[in-house]
Amino acid sequence: MATLELQGLRKSFGETEVLRRIDLTLADGEMLVIVGASGCGKSTLLRLVAGLESPTEGRILLDGTDVAARDPAERDIAMVFQNYALYPHMTVFDNMAYGLRIRGLSRDAIRQRVDEAAGLLGLGELLQRKPRQLSGGQRQRVAMGRAIVREPKLFLFDEPLSNLDAKLRVQMRAEIRRLQRRLGVTSLYVTHDQVEAMTLGDRLLVLHNGHPAQLATPIEVFEQPADTYVAGFIGAPAMNFLDATLTESGRAARLAVGPVLRFPDGPRPGPEGRRLTIGIRPEHLALAAQGLPLAVELVEPLGSESLIHGHLQGGVPLVVKHPGHAPGGETVQVALLPEHMHVFDHETGRRLPPIGAETGAPRLVAAGSDQ
Amino acid sequence: MDRRTIFGGQLLPALLVLPQLVLTLFFFYWPAAEAVWSSMTTTDPFGQGSVFVGLENFAELFSDPLYLQAILRTVGFCLAVSVLAMAVALLLAVFADREIRGRAIYRTLLIWPYAVAPALSAVLFLFLLNPQVGLIGRWLNRHGIPWDYHLDGGQALLMVVLASAWKQVSYNFIFYLAGLQSIPRAVVEAARMDGARGWRRFRTITLPLLAPTTFFLLVVNLVYAAFDTFGTIYAITKGGPGQATETLVIKVYRDGMINQDIGGSSAQSVVLMLGVIVVTAVQFRFMGRRTSA
Repeated sequence: MATLELQGLRKSFGETEVLRRIDLTLADGEMLVIVGASGCGKSTLLRLVAGLESPTEGRILLDGTDVAARDPAERDIAMVFQNYALYPHMTVFDNMAYGLRIRGLSRDAIRQRVDEAAGLLGLGELLQRKPRQLSGGQRQRVAMGRAIVREPKLFLFDEPLSNLDAKLRVQMRAEIRRLQRRLGVTSLYVTHDQVEAMTLGDRLLVLHNGHPAQLATPIEVFEQPADTYVAGFIGAPAMNFLDATLTESGRAARLAVGPVLRFPDGPRPGPEGRRLTIGIRPEHLALAAQGLPLAVELVEPLGSESLIHGHLQGGVPLVVKHPGHAPGGETVQVALLPEHMHVFDHETGRRLPPIGAETGAPRLVAAGSDQ
Repeated sequence: MDRRTIFGGQLLPALLVLPQLVLTLFFFYWPAAEAVWSSMTTTDPFGQGSVFVGLENFAELFSDPLYLQAILRTVGFCLAVSVLAMAVALLLAVFADREIRGRAIYRTLLIWPYAVAPALSAVLFLFLLNPQVGLIGRWLNRHGIPWDYHLDGGQALLMVVLASAWKQVSYNFIFYLAGLQSIPRAVVEAARMDGARGWRRFRTITLPLLAPTTFFLLVVNLVYAAFDTFGTIYAITKGGPGQATETLVIKVYRDGMINQDIGGSSAQSVVLMLGVIVVTAVQFRFMGRRTSA
């Protein structure tokens, strides 16, 4: 159990800058989920902390000690790999005991720890099996067990659930969270799955092209996304974006598709005509008797709700999540609920909070990271 | 992956396999049958005729202390060549597997010796180790270390082991490099995270995962050392001094072609043939299990 602090971490492979400057602090026992599209640098970040790659620049403080130059063996960190990376020639017991033997624990201590972890994960019956005799879910548990028995300062999870089928994934997700809470080990969890990110993390770090886009609690990230990338990445189906301009002395937005929406939470700064991007989630759009006409292209019935894909005039795409069954017809009327809209600057894509409310904006990653 | 083509009729398939059948017949079955036949005959001193003697040649062979010595010598020689060639190849493969600049060049260069003919590799070692003209041989003698493989049987054996192993290192290197590259990176990384380093990681993770490669190479190397080293040994020592480097194949040649004991020599070849059959059967069985697993 420990705290982790990353200071100005950068990583380049040759000319390519993979991580641009990561500053972040994890409290003892906290679980931070790093999420982003593939190629955003999230796995690289994890490998830097693990010691499998060395940073181009920056410090990695584990319990206040800089470990950036240390071998993985000296860091006391355990990692769960995406494809489990079990030792194929060893039994489940030996897989879990391997790290402990290297640390020179006594036979009895090793047996006790492995038995304990096996009990916790329901692996008691399988200790003498080889990895190839296990199912995907069981291998996943062994990989977890191998991390747990070490009692490390830090857990690293590199997309541990992505090789499991959907049902097992949901089950293991809850199990990982329960275990992590129970053991209270500080953890970094990398995933591209936003549901995993939302459900597992105490906080989320959204990475975009090696750049920290937002660091906040899952709810904050969902309700107050820092920019259009985060807004579009978190939430399914993705948020709709509409072009607009600032009007009525900053108190409203004039959408390119017609209507003027007044900001319910106060005026935005900037001159009349400032270009904006208005974001609104599909679930915050409603079918109404009167509203914007939406030419329907596709309806996806999900049972309890329907997704209506279509486009507004001028070809602007829009997705509406409608509770219940979608009405027939080629055109529907859509009403926007202004209290749920997100206002972003069109040029930078960053969230534009109301005047005087900047301090209430979501906690952004270290100032200067966006220069 | 099954891209089998079925040819119709009788004639075309027969014609297609005919060349191979003819070759096998003339260059394998016929000589082998001759050898089996002549292993059961004795030729009179003037080569005028031969008499059928049954298994007498074999009985003589296995009661001959020189033959038993040659078997032991061959086993020792094969083990020494195999272990040396595999150990050096593994070492080189481990280094070539690392992230280094220009490793493609190293790898290519390391594969080259495989293309060198046995006699040429023997000549190479002569130029290195000959006491009169060899670079290393002269250096040794100048520094007070008596080196002459014409006189010292131990030195002669060492030299043929070195020359034979050197030729096989390339082959082993290719297989070990491929074996190393097929070990999942994540498994090695998991071991690093578990705190395993250096020799310990190599011994507990890399080596066990290379076991199938090692077994395959061991069989191939033993067969190579037992049968394909004739050219190398003959070019360097001709089996001498005395019988110091006389392996079973050299003995077959010497007894048959030089000493003209056709019957005894044939009996030796039949024994060798049985040896090859056993080794090949073991190898096929193992490979079969590997592919069906």
